[in-house]
Amino acid sequence: MFTDIFIAPFVEFEFMQRALVGVFALALGAGPVGAFLMLRRMSLTGDAMAHAILPGAAIGFLVSGLDLFALTIGGLAAGLLVAVGAGVVARATELKEDASLAAFYLISLALGVLILSLKGSNVDLLHVLFGTVLGLDDPTLLLVAGIATLTLVTLAVIWRPLVLECVDPAFLSSVSRAGALAHIAFLAMVVLNLVGGFHALGTLLSVGLMMLPAATARFWVRDLTALVVCATAIAFVSGVVGLLVSYHLGAPSGPAIILVAGVAYLFSVVLGPAGGILARRWPRRHLEA
Amino acid sequence: MSAAPGDAPALRFRNLTLGYERHPAVHHLSGEVETGALLAICGPNGAGKSTLLRGIMGQLRPLGGSIERAGVDPRDIAYLPQGAQVDRSFPISVYDMVCMGLWRSAGLFGGIGRKDREKVRAALAAVGLEGFECRPIGTLSGGQMQRTLFARLLLQDARLILLDEPFNALDAKTIADLLDLVRRWHGERRTILAVLHDFDLVRAHFPQTLLLARSPVAWGATAETLAPDNLLKARRMGEAWHDDAPACAA
Repeated sequence: MFTDIFIAPFVEFEFMQRALVGVFALALGAGPVGAFLMLRRMSLTGDAMAHAILPGAAIGFLVSGLDLFALTIGGLAAGLLVAVGAGVVARATELKEDASLAAFYLISLALGVLILSLKGSNVDLLHVLFGTVLGLDDPTLLLVAGIATLTLVTLAVIWRPLVLECVDPAFLSSVSRAGALAHIAFLAMVVLNLVGGFHALGTLLSVGLMMLPAATARFWVRDLTALVVCATAIAFVSGVVGLLVSYHLGAPSGPAIILVAGVAYLFSVVLGPAGGILARRWPRRHLEA
Repeated sequence: MSAAPGDAPALRFRNLTLGYERHPAVHHLSGEVETGALLAICGPNGAGKSTLLRGIMGQLRPLGGSIERAGVDPRDIAYLPQGAQVDRSFPISVYDMVCMGLWRSAGLFGGIGRKDREKVRAALAAVGLEGFECRPIGTLSGGQMQRTLFARLLLQDARLILLDEPFNALDAKTIADLLDLVRRWHGERRTILAVLHDFDLVRAHFPQTLLLARSPVAWGATAETLAPDNLLKARRMGEAWHDDAPACAA
């Protein structure tokens, strides 16, 4: 019974094995990136970036069809342009990051829609919008795994300034200029992971595998390292359970994965020991000192 | 480090004007801060005290004049901004927070060795926070947070220290403890500039005072600077900007 439900699908079907590897790689990158997005209060930035990537990918699609390279380059270019542009404007002028990001991604979105309308819509574009985690080929898997590797290495390099910039940006800028660099490198990682994610989950849902596990983990642990590990684990488990749900119920896999992460989130909002509703409503008996 | 009197001054302001959108907040300030000075900066709200510190840190470009830092990189100055904007909800421990003071020696990748850990422990002890190592900063009181920030300042081991209203909203015991640290730094001939509002405290502990009211009102020995007529002059400063103010000719 257990084997039938949880193991057999992955043993029997190659596409499930590929999807399993895919969600593992995605979780490795998206978990930590999502945790930092949340801690930096940039949760909605991820969403904005996902919108910014869509037109880039669509342009790539219009130029050379469903080609991994074109889609990736298009998405990357659009995402990085918006990320770096918004970051530079936020640091060089009085405008705050959220406002400058909104400005840039709206421009990017409008531009994408305009270019799209020149050629008319296409059903294949659903691939870009919602991804095909069950149809990951070798090059795509390599891309996603490569992005996960690069993300982990980059985060290790910029860890200190990244943390410091979240806790006490004024202090960091008083002792070092690494803050701006770390910030831009981090935004690049956000874009890379969203681009990696859109092949599996689509541009709009890929941000879900970042934010939902991170927000969920916040209800269970209070330590930074634990938060990052926990978010990654939750992302992976959501991926696996989502794949199984999609397999057994015949539901589309992308939304299934994100919905599983969503259920975990709602569950944690109520039951999480670190600030969940129940823990707040009925706190444990207070200590003596 | 022993420095004889007659050292190059730690800071020299030459006809310095700092401000925002062309409106001066510090107006035509000239003078020198000797190495090893313990200088209080007083003045009414809006007098340009914090602006002056930001200028020294290089965070504001002077509208006129200049600041000489005796060859010290602003990043080697220890600066405690007013109501330091620390994200208290961030999941980080007191220990890690204080470790940030080692940035200049450890940097991006440098390890934090046994000696450094000793230093961190000593700094925590110096501010009376033994046993707080593992506490998340979100659980600290205002005074404990300020002690944490002072421990971090200790580790920065800077020759020039800028404190912007460091004792706001602290109880007498905490102020006394932190003042001890300031005196210790002074004994080590570090140069300290502190923005303060409590005149009694300044008279008791700070040999020199700069009284600012956008323009410098007085600068010198504390007792003379904080004389009643100077204070009255400082209080008369107009706070409002004048949009139609003519360009300053001086």
